[in-house]
Amino acid sequence: MQHHTVLKVAAKLLLPFILLFALYVQFHGDFGPGGGFQAGVIFGAGIILYALVFGTGHARAVVPPGAVRAAAALGVLLYTGVGVASLLLGANFLDYGILAADPVAGQHLGILLVELGVGLTVTAVMILLFYAFAGVEGAETDRAVANRDGAERAAAERAVADRGGASRAGPDWTSTS
Amino acid sequence: MSTLQAQLPALQIVVPLLAAPLCSLLRRPALAWGLAAAVSGASFAVAAALAVAVSDGSEIAYLLGGWAAPWGIEYRIDALNALVLVIVTGASTVTLVHARLSVAREVRRERIGLFYTAWLLCLTGMLGMAITGDAFNVFVFLEISSLATYTLVALGPGREALLAAFRYLVLGSIGATFFLIGVGLLYMMTGTLNMADLAGRLGGVAHTRTVTAGIVFVILGLGLKAAVFPLHAWLPAAYACAPSSAASFLAGTATKVSVYVLARFLFDVFGVDLSFGRLDPGTFLVLLAIAGIVAGSAVAVFQDHVKRLLAWSSIAQIGYMVLGLGLGTAAGATASILHLFNHALMKVALFLAVGNLVYRTGSAALASLAGVGRNMPWTMGAFLMAAMSLVGVPLTAGFVSKWYLLRAALEEGLWPIAIVILISSLLAAIYLWRVIGVAFFERAGPDTVQAHAAEAPWTMVAPVVALAAANVWFGVETSFSTGFAALAGAALAGGGP
Repeated sequence: MQHHTVLKVAAKLLLPFILLFALYVQFHGDFGPGGGFQAGVIFGAGIILYALVFGTGHARAVVPPGAVRAAAALGVLLYTGVGVASLLLGANFLDYGILAADPVAGQHLGILLVELGVGLTVTAVMILLFYAFAGVEGAETDRAVANRDGAERAAAERAVADRGGASRAGPDWTSTS
Repeated sequence: MSTLQAQLPALQIVVPLLAAPLCSLLRRPALAWGLAAAVSGASFAVAAALAVAVSDGSEIAYLLGGWAAPWGIEYRIDALNALVLVIVTGASTVTLVHARLSVAREVRRERIGLFYTAWLLCLTGMLGMAITGDAFNVFVFLEISSLATYTLVALGPGREALLAAFRYLVLGSIGATFFLIGVGLLYMMTGTLNMADLAGRLGGVAHTRTVTAGIVFVILGLGLKAAVFPLHAWLPAAYACAPSSAASFLAGTATKVSVYVLARFLFDVFGVDLSFGRLDPGTFLVLLAIAGIVAGSAVAVFQDHVKRLLAWSSIAQIGYMVLGLGLGTAAGATASILHLFNHALMKVALFLAVGNLVYRTGSAALASLAGVGRNMPWTMGAFLMAAMSLVGVPLTAGFVSKWYLLRAALEEGLWPIAIVILISSLLAAIYLWRVIGVAFFERAGPDTVQAHAAEAPWTMVAPVVALAAANVWFGVETSFSTGFAALAGAALAGGGP
């Protein structure tokens, strides 16, 4: 992806909007279509786009796998924590009505926090899945890059040589016509 | 205290669910193990409290999020699932005591935290399947427990664990999908997912082909998850390749929870009239169960790997449970539920004993067990006790459940089943004797590992010995197990959850 300037520029332009749209879907989810799951997928897709265009090494620097793992656990903890909070306040598990003085406000607060937990975990798991498939942690070392570049150069030279050879050894179509 | 009592159904699920993500954050194996063991013990206490509360035949209903029953998700506990909750949490706690050293030896250090996370999620899923009164919620918890189980199997030593986990994943997903399709079809005709509500509304539309298809899908899906013969192909490799502790835990619980859900659907949701009258999947299940009992025992005789041998024996034992359900009577259901409990006692003991052997000799191959009976007397003594229970020697738990099953079959005039049980018990004696014979009566070569194997550490021996003792205890003093099973069996066959 070293030479794809158009891709890089386009990705850079799009990224803030993707992430912002994810947050909109997240926090507007209780008034319109959306919610934690969809928002999490969109946010995760934004990070994955960055990783695809700029390399997983850069992505790992911005979004470290350790932090992602913690975020995945934190989301579930937030969800369950809201349930436990309503339990401790004397209502049934996940009965948000009790979280505020007004039951409607309580429901609102509860679903907002629960969806935040969902969004956090879905984002984190999307990114973790991508990292898992995109290779072992730290596999993209300098030597690996050097080897890869070397191999690419060699392949390019071979291709040029082959093309030259083919044109020499191939039949001369122009003369037969 | 009364509020705590009222919140027990939620705590049963919430405590392990909350602990699982915490466990994944713990870097040190000892901490992860400690958290898992403490949580499992607490879950057992909750399950025991619930069992005490429903032991008079009453039911507990818990509305999740405070939403009323047919719309919201309802947890419903009666004698049947209270017993399942006790089995699952009990098996988890006992195996976790054993797991600390065993897992440290068999799982890579940096993955131990994840191993216990998967364990807790698996526990959450199975408890959820047992406790919920909502058909779709069963599917959700089924997937939680299944995905965690695939992870547990895949963390086993050796590359074949990955293949076993993958095969289990493919078949398990098919099973879960079939179950979901079935629930979807039932929902299509009734417009409800609550089990009690479903049972009430199914009668009016029972003649439709959609409901017939739904019932078939549900039974097939659950049959696959419960490893009912001939849908058992995933089980032997999964149990043989998983880490010893995970194999013990799963052997004692995973298929049993599916058998429980099958019982719940056959008796309560579809109802006795539908399950054993018009459509009669019951007879079909009886035939499959008999085939499974004979085939499972017969294949076990030819296994050279003790874990694999025990896994095949499990397929036969699941046959006993399904056989009892298939009879469709209160006595049959009682026998099936009783065997659910008793089989957990013996299979967990046997698998844990094998875990001790693997800990000391590094292998569960039959050939590598020569002479270990002399060097590891407690482990192999407990193995012998549990094996006698599996065969059905009088004064052991296995005898009690076989006796109840026999009585239930004879009550229906099905005397050939008596012959099947006899043949299967003989085969069980043969395959278990192969292990015992090698362990006690063959001598190890002077330079082999097993010749110098010492008894396993006491934290690994104590759970095995305790379970072996429990096999005798519940073979003599049966008031708890048969009492609960009879209560649950009568409630099932009486109709209505």
